Amino acid sequence: MSKNTNSAHSEQFYKEKHKEEMKHQVITFAMMIIFTIIAFGLVAGGFSKYFTIPVILVLAVVQFLFQLYYFMHMNQKGHEMPALMIYSGVFAAALTVLGLTTIVWW
Amino acid sequence: MSTHAAEKRGFGAVLWDYLTTVDHKKIAILYLIGGGFFFVLGGLEAMLIRIQLISPDNEFISAQFYNEVMTMHGTTMIFLAAMPLLFALMNAVVPLQIGARDVAFPFVNALGFWLFAFGGILLNLSWFVTGAPDAGWTAYAPLSIISPGHGVDFYAVGLQISGFGTLMAGINFIVTIINMRAPGMTYMRMPLFTWTTFVASILILFAFPALTVGLFEMTFDRLFGANFFKPEMGGNVIIWEHLFWIFGHPEVYILVLPAFGVFSEVIPTFSKKRLFGYSSMVFATVLIAFLGFMVWAHHMFTVGLGPIANSIFAVATMAIAVPTGIKIFNWLLTMWGGNIRITTPMLYALGFIPSFTIGGMTGVMLATAAADLQYHDSYFVVGHFHYVIVGGVVFGVLAGLTYWWPRMFGTMLDEKLGKWTFWLFFIGFHLTFFIQHFLGLMGMPRRYWKFLPDQGLDTGNLISTIGAFFMAAGAILFVWNIIITSVRNEKVSGDPWDARTLEWAIPNPTPEYNFKQIPLVRGLDPLWIEKMEGNGKMTPAEPLGDIHMPNSSFLPFMMSLGLFIAGIGVIFQVDNNSWWIVAIIGFAITLGTMFLRSIKDDLGYHIHKEDLEDKGAGVK
Ligand code: HEM
Ligand SMILES: [Cu+2]
Repeated sequence: MSKNTNSAHSEQFYKEKHKEEMKHQVITFAMMIIFTIIAFGLVAGGFSKYFTIPVILVLAVVQFLFQLYYFMHMNQKGHEMPALMIYSGVFAAALTVLGLTTIVWW
Repeated sequence: MSTHAAEKRGFGAVLWDYLTTVDHKKIAILYLIGGGFFFVLGGLEAMLIRIQLISPDNEFISAQFYNEVMTMHGTTMIFLAAMPLLFALMNAVVPLQIGARDVAFPFVNALGFWLFAFGGILLNLSWFVTGAPDAGWTAYAPLSIISPGHGVDFYAVGLQISGFGTLMAGINFIVTIINMRAPGMTYMRMPLFTWTTFVASILILFAFPALTVGLFEMTFDRLFGANFFKPEMGGNVIIWEHLFWIFGHPEVYILVLPAFGVFSEVIPTFSKKRLFGYSSMVFATVLIAFLGFMVWAHHMFTVGLGPIANSIFAVATMAIAVPTGIKIFNWLLTMWGGNIRITTPMLYALGFIPSFTIGGMTGVMLATAAADLQYHDSYFVVGHFHYVIVGGVVFGVLAGLTYWWPRMFGTMLDEKLGKWTFWLFFIGFHLTFFIQHFLGLMGMPRRYWKFLPDQGLDTGNLISTIGAFFMAAGAILFVWNIIITSVRNEKVSGDPWDARTLEWAIPNPTPEYNFKQIPLVRGLDPLWIEKMEGNGKMTPAEPLGDIHMPNSSFLPFMMSLGLFIAGIGVIFQVDNNSWWIVAIIGFAITLGTMFLRSIKDDLGYHIHKEDLEDKGAGVK
């Protein structure tokens, strides 16, 4: 008997959790579509290059993080190591690009 | 048990076993044989260099041959000797230290070895074609782009193939250490050798891609008419230097960190004390790796990057001396008040500390950008990096091999011969390289075929060559020691050094599944804890059950062979288009075996519980 209520409880819990997750995914999905529309809008609207390019880049980075955290589940537990590795890789790559752009091509 | 079976099997069966093995312990032996072979080859090349420089204006070898020997010595020692020998130790020890039955990807592990082996063979094939690469192990453009013949093509393609193998080995160790630790083996209980392997593997993962890109660009410049490094076509030669050193400086830490790890195991064992400042050792390792990515331009102070860039890289470089110093003091304090036993591995550790400290000190001298304009490309630099590489990495490998030999082969290397080896090697090493600092300060340039008489360089060079012969004698003695130990074949217990970490909790010889039952780890130095508080045995963390094992496979060998053949085709297609046929055959072999591997499920097999029970008591 008690076992049954337990599993019913946990079922309830997981249902809630999935619902929550679904909500987050739908919100991020909507945001990503909006971001994409903004990006296209900026280009179509003929804004200054020095405004458009940085904004699009920022939007791209945010979308990328959404992708990682909400769709590839990096917001959940047990993803600390992949996160650490990704950020170390980004760090190494950024240093390379920074080094080459500042010292070689400046 | 398994040795009896091995004795009965013929040579062919043993050969086939090693060609197809995916067992990390056997792959370790393969790496040892491969790395050992190239170490001897690189050593012979070193002797040729030193004999040429024994006296002024010597004509022992020709200038072109000198350039080839000098280039191949450096390339062989770094890529084909030091790294594989360290991989031998890592494969032999790391899975055992963390209480795992194998690495995460046994198949990839075998593939990594065969790629290294075939890449190394390809590189050395160049000797028999149009001559070996002759542009230095750094292969700076434009020299490497205009170098005639196929030498540098072999450099680019051979290193590319063996570099793939290194990347795979690195990824494999990262995943193994994250995912396969026994219950209770938290990160902060991992032995230092496992930690340094882990950090070095991360460095491999992030540093090797820069080399891969650089080598591809060089290959395309030389073989397919690209212009990355051709200024007259809008290319830029400095990009190669950056890519090479963005890889190259982390590479020196890929080499030396595992050696630090070896000494961090050897010193506590033979001081009968736990490692002093364990957590600061871990912190220092990670910090060195982090800083190691931000210092590459200290190899390029004389290029003309400008005072701002030079200063930034100079300061960053000097900062690395801080975590390195932390390590040195921790080793000293581990010995402080310890119950020290002077065994051969401990002798190497004692020799390493002052030798490496000298190398670090000359490193800080070199890092002083303004002063480096004097030191750069002189024998001073040769002295510096041999102090860190021989005094650090080679001593580490020799210490590690002597220390873990009983674990790998079940026998003890002869201690008396081992000590003789150490002294010959140690004295020879300082004779050879200490004087080179002064030769450099007196103006002797590096990578020159000859020096002239009566410039005050004669005696120094003679001493240096005499030292090299001492080192050669030490190396020969080491090989002799291996031979007589194998002939005597006297098996020892599973824990002959009275050691502290998990790899010594296994009976001798190591069963193919390593641990009959995965052990429960209760703290740092798990075996020592059980010796002090328990009955000297590890407590199992699981009931006895079936053990899942991977199947052997010939595919890794074939995949690598395919790339080897393809590499030859790609190198020679510039001479004659029909070489493309060879290249296509090679790629077809590789892709075909990859396809086969993908469609054919290989689920491995089980060793059954009943068979395990027959084999006596569980974990020792
Ligand atoms: C405190 C630590 C260290 C410092 C400050 C340091 C600094 C330097 C500097 C500034 C150079 C360039 C010299 C020149 O070309 O003019 C250099 C070269 C070199 N270092 Fe180090 N180093 C350190 C540790 C190491 C370690 C641990 C290794 C290897 C295990 C290493 C291997 C090398 C090699 C191979 C070169 C020569 C590269 C070449 O031009 O062929 N160094 N070091
Ligand atoms: Cu460096």
